[in-house]
Amino acid sequence: MSFWEFTVDASYFIAAVLFIIGLKRMGSPKTAKSGIKWAGIGMALATVVTLWHPAMEAGFFRYVLMILAIVIGGAGAWYTGKKVEMTAMPQMVALYNGMGGGAAAAIALVEMYSGSAFDHGTTVLTLAVIGALIGGVSFSGSLIAWAKLEGKMKKTIRLPGQQLINGSVAAITVILGIAIIASDGSAPVLVTLFFLLSLAFGVLLTNPIGGADMPVVISMYNAFTGLAVAFEGFVLGNAAMIIAGTVVGAAGTLLTLLMANGMNRSISNVLFAGFGVDDGAEADGPEGEMKSVEAFDAAASFAYSDSLIIVPGYGLAVAQAQHKLWEFVQMLEKEHDVDVKFAIHPVAGRMPGHMNVLLAEAGVPYDKIFDLEEINAEFPNADAALVIGANDVVNPAARTDESSPIYGMPILDVDKAREVYVVKRGKGTGFSGVQNALFFGDNTRMVFGDAKQVCTDLANGLKQL
Amino acid sequence: MITGFVALYIFMLAAFTGYEIIGRVPAILHTPLMSGSNFVHGIVLVGAMVALGHADGFWETLIGFIGVILAAGNAVGGYVVTERMLEMFKSSKD
Repeated sequence: MSFWEFTVDASYFIAAVLFIIGLKRMGSPKTAKSGIKWAGIGMALATVVTLWHPAMEAGFFRYVLMILAIVIGGAGAWYTGKKVEMTAMPQMVALYNGMGGGAAAAIALVEMYSGSAFDHGTTVLTLAVIGALIGGVSFSGSLIAWAKLEGKMKKTIRLPGQQLINGSVAAITVILGIAIIASDGSAPVLVTLFFLLSLAFGVLLTNPIGGADMPVVISMYNAFTGLAVAFEGFVLGNAAMIIAGTVVGAAGTLLTLLMANGMNRSISNVLFAGFGVDDGAEADGPEGEMKSVEAFDAAASFAYSDSLIIVPGYGLAVAQAQHKLWEFVQMLEKEHDVDVKFAIHPVAGRMPGHMNVLLAEAGVPYDKIFDLEEINAEFPNADAALVIGANDVVNPAARTDESSPIYGMPILDVDKAREVYVVKRGKGTGFSGVQNALFFGDNTRMVFGDAKQVCTDLANGLKQL
Repeated sequence: MITGFVALYIFMLAAFTGYEIIGRVPAILHTPLMSGSNFVHGIVLVGAMVALGHADGFWETLIGFIGVILAAGNAVGGYVVTERMLEMFKSSKD
């Protein structure tokens, strides 16, 4: 083993260790900040030593190209990553993830076109082919997911016989993949066709899925990319890629399942059922009179409460009201001695934990923010609950009404608080199209208006007391 | 080359590691963690560099070049957004 071979392998080993430590540290709010830095050091180390990788062929032009590509990709991502709004984070993660999937597919293509993927036996070749397939699907699928969440693809196009078309494309792609594995590597046309079909499959699979389900899909593609990277790691004999890719593949799969559970859906349901899109059907719901009050009255009521639990939803973030809300909460705590907690549903925001990020951006400390399991027992003892921009996640029908489409979904038991205030733009229904029984409850008061305006009015209301 | 059962062992152990790391994480960190794991598979950059490093001819070189651009975007973008999100988390004691 030469000096550089040893140095490269040793560095990859250190990088793999740093990735695992980094991810582990990212699992707790106290250590999370250092976690990403540990992982970052691993990445920098692995990248730099790769310039001396034994498989590199010499050539000034080659190195210029390599550095140029790193600078182009890195600078572009640096700029967009610094600039992106926190509300747009899910689609940005999708975009970067798709790039990783595309890179894994590119590696597979180079290795297959050059024939080196065919030199190490059938197992390695099979992994190269599977890696190319899921890398390609992740690439095109993530781009579609990004475009949809970014609002660049407003219409959800469903072809007649979508499942049949998807199934056929998948079957042809797999057959081509098997043909590549059976071939001796002298048919680059097969490889090209195979790759193009895998891209098409990613588009077909993602396109019919509605925006509400997209976070689950993004998480799934994140796991896909991880696996694709691991498989190409086997092809290149690169242990750092195998370990990092597999760890992400497993972690991403678990995260995807957690998300789907939070929405009371199965993965296959998300992928093939096409829920989350309005199909025009009106669901029957509770009827009655909603009691509406002014923000000033709500503010007065909160000021004389001992405890308040706030349930923020994505509507809060869309209205950019989180800063105003936090200002109001600080006044409540300091001047009126109210104990305020934030309760977050697992699917609040656009992906699990997204709402936490949005509240953190406004300056809310994480120890005031509670998960569903932690907080649900506290609602019966709370003087007041304030729901802002959330709907389905506080609908008691999920507990009681077996005919409801959201029956069985875990919800925040807001209706058990002594008084409930709901801030809402209008009288419409939520994502699921279901009317919310909470709004008609005896202890519920509606504050109609834009979330940001209402939060401003709440704060002004306190000042007038 | 890492082949046969050694490869399988590495794969199996790494999969368990990934599962265990995420299993006990509070939901508050799911978004940054998804973004963080997205950064970690940016390690595909080293593979893309090696692929470009031994690519022959125009097309292989072009694909390798695009691969490195994409991979660098994955790694750098993943790092930047994860760090930005985590920087915002603070305790009321801070």
